[in-house]
Amino acid sequence: MSDTPVLRVRDVRKRFGDHVALDGVSLDVHEGEVVTVIGPSGSGKSTLVRCVHQLESIDGGAMHLDGELLGYEFHRGHLRPLPDRRVAAQRGRMGMVFQQFNLFPHWSVLRNVIEAQVLVHGRRPEEAREAALRLLERVGLADKADAHPRMLSGGQQQRVAIARALATNPRIMLFDEPTSALDPELVDEVLSVVLDLARGGMTMIIVTHEMSFAREVADRCVFMENGRVVETGAPEEIFDNPASPRLRAFLSRYSGRAAQIPDERLLEEETTS
Amino acid sequence: MSVAPQAGVPQAGAPQAVDVATARPRIRPLRWVAGAVLLVLVAQFARFLVTNPGFEWPVVGKYLFDPNVLRGLGMTLLLTVIVMLLGSVLGLLLAAGRLSGFRPVAWACGVYVTVFRSIPPLVQLIFWFNLGYLLPRIPLGIPFGPTFVSWPTNSVISSLTAAVIGLTLHEAAYMAEIVRAGILAVDGGQRDAARAMGFTARQSFVKVVLPQAMRVIVPPAGSEFISLLKGTSLVSVIAMADLLYSVQVIYNRTYEIVPLLIVACAWYLVVVISLSFGQRRLERHFGKGQR
Repeated sequence: MSDTPVLRVRDVRKRFGDHVALDGVSLDVHEGEVVTVIGPSGSGKSTLVRCVHQLESIDGGAMHLDGELLGYEFHRGHLRPLPDRRVAAQRGRMGMVFQQFNLFPHWSVLRNVIEAQVLVHGRRPEEAREAALRLLERVGLADKADAHPRMLSGGQQQRVAIARALATNPRIMLFDEPTSALDPELVDEVLSVVLDLARGGMTMIIVTHEMSFAREVADRCVFMENGRVVETGAPEEIFDNPASPRLRAFLSRYSGRAAQIPDERLLEEETTS
Repeated sequence: MSVAPQAGVPQAGAPQAVDVATARPRIRPLRWVAGAVLLVLVAQFARFLVTNPGFEWPVVGKYLFDPNVLRGLGMTLLLTVIVMLLGSVLGLLLAAGRLSGFRPVAWACGVYVTVFRSIPPLVQLIFWFNLGYLLPRIPLGIPFGPTFVSWPTNSVISSLTAAVIGLTLHEAAYMAEIVRAGILAVDGGQRDAARAMGFTARQSFVKVVLPQAMRVIVPPAGSEFISLLKGTSLVSVIAMADLLYSVQVIYNRTYEIVPLLIVACAWYLVVVISLSFGQRRLERHFGKGQR
């Protein structure tokens, strides 16, 4: 039981039309483990977490959460897709944080954090409210509970989004470039919340362009390119002793300009050529 | 050594302290011309209204609150409300159908919208009113199988049912397009986030997508309802006693056509103005929390 990974991804394939987004990706994430995923834009990092969360369907391979097959079931010896309700329940056991925050603008901050607890997990409203306030406290935004999302800065919105994802006690948290849409001076407040979660033993996959953060927070680091996992290992190995030339080339583009936002178009061009 | 001019330092040929708060407005001659033209037009129109005996203002006053006219107004409002409700519900279903991932449903809803937007509502009203020619009895039973009960069409289709069916089918086609545009205007990330929270497709539609789509849906839906209200005047052709039909009945007897049409217009105006107020309130309600 204890050696069953929280998340097991096996040979997952995904294409969008002619474009192969994931070309046989395998990855295990164990209890309490923090995995960071780095790689150039278009390498399939975001697609990977979106597929794990079943926001995108996969074309092949299989994914298991706590040993349970995601999105499909066996029926009379054949695999068939799960009905929407069961997929929704599986999604409810994972937390997702998006690049664009995606808070619900028609609800207050507090209601954003409450609603899934009540609707999806059937908690009593008072209980959900208390849990929501505790979480907002934890991300340092208890005083913004009654505010509307648009009144908050990007960093604050992303911290609310993290609280919202945590509210349903997910087995695993998935971060899809959580700081890429933020002004540089707002990045640290979000990263410190994520770091705090990592120290608290939360199981996480973090897709990020923040290299120093990817190194600091990770138990294991994955480098992806062209829809494949090129290299995986402890952060020291990946960053100090990269084995593949592609990873070395990728990292060299970041060194010496750590504080800069990477020029995504440039990276894209270089990977496709 | 030249020094850059500073505020408060006197310059040759310049006033001592410049403060734009003391500026006087420019004279804009075109505005004066437009104002004068408007004034003349309004005065001319007012004189026409007052001095032309054809308006027969006393007759307007006499019939404005006539019980038959008010009954007609009531029927117009009733019909508008029923068609609004049924048309919105059907339009919502059609919009959801057009966005469905199941091709045949999306296609069928698209065909419906195309067909019913193409048929003039007047034609539909006459068609439904005369349904008995096509289908003498309305059956209830198993398709292609036995019939359990049936009713004579002419007893089921009154002018009210014909009006409700015809206008609802027409209205639903337009509402479907309005709702669809509203749903498409909601950022895809919102649906992703709702699904990611574990909401089912239905919960995410009802709780997250639709409330945000309403901001885009309300203004055109308001216009649609207003045009529906006026569209109900078509039912006078199938002898339904709406507002227009009621004044027609009176002027066919008294020949006071113009004053009675003014009575009808006055009531349409009153109702449309109140609908516009309602629309503005709805817009403010759904605009909350939005950029």
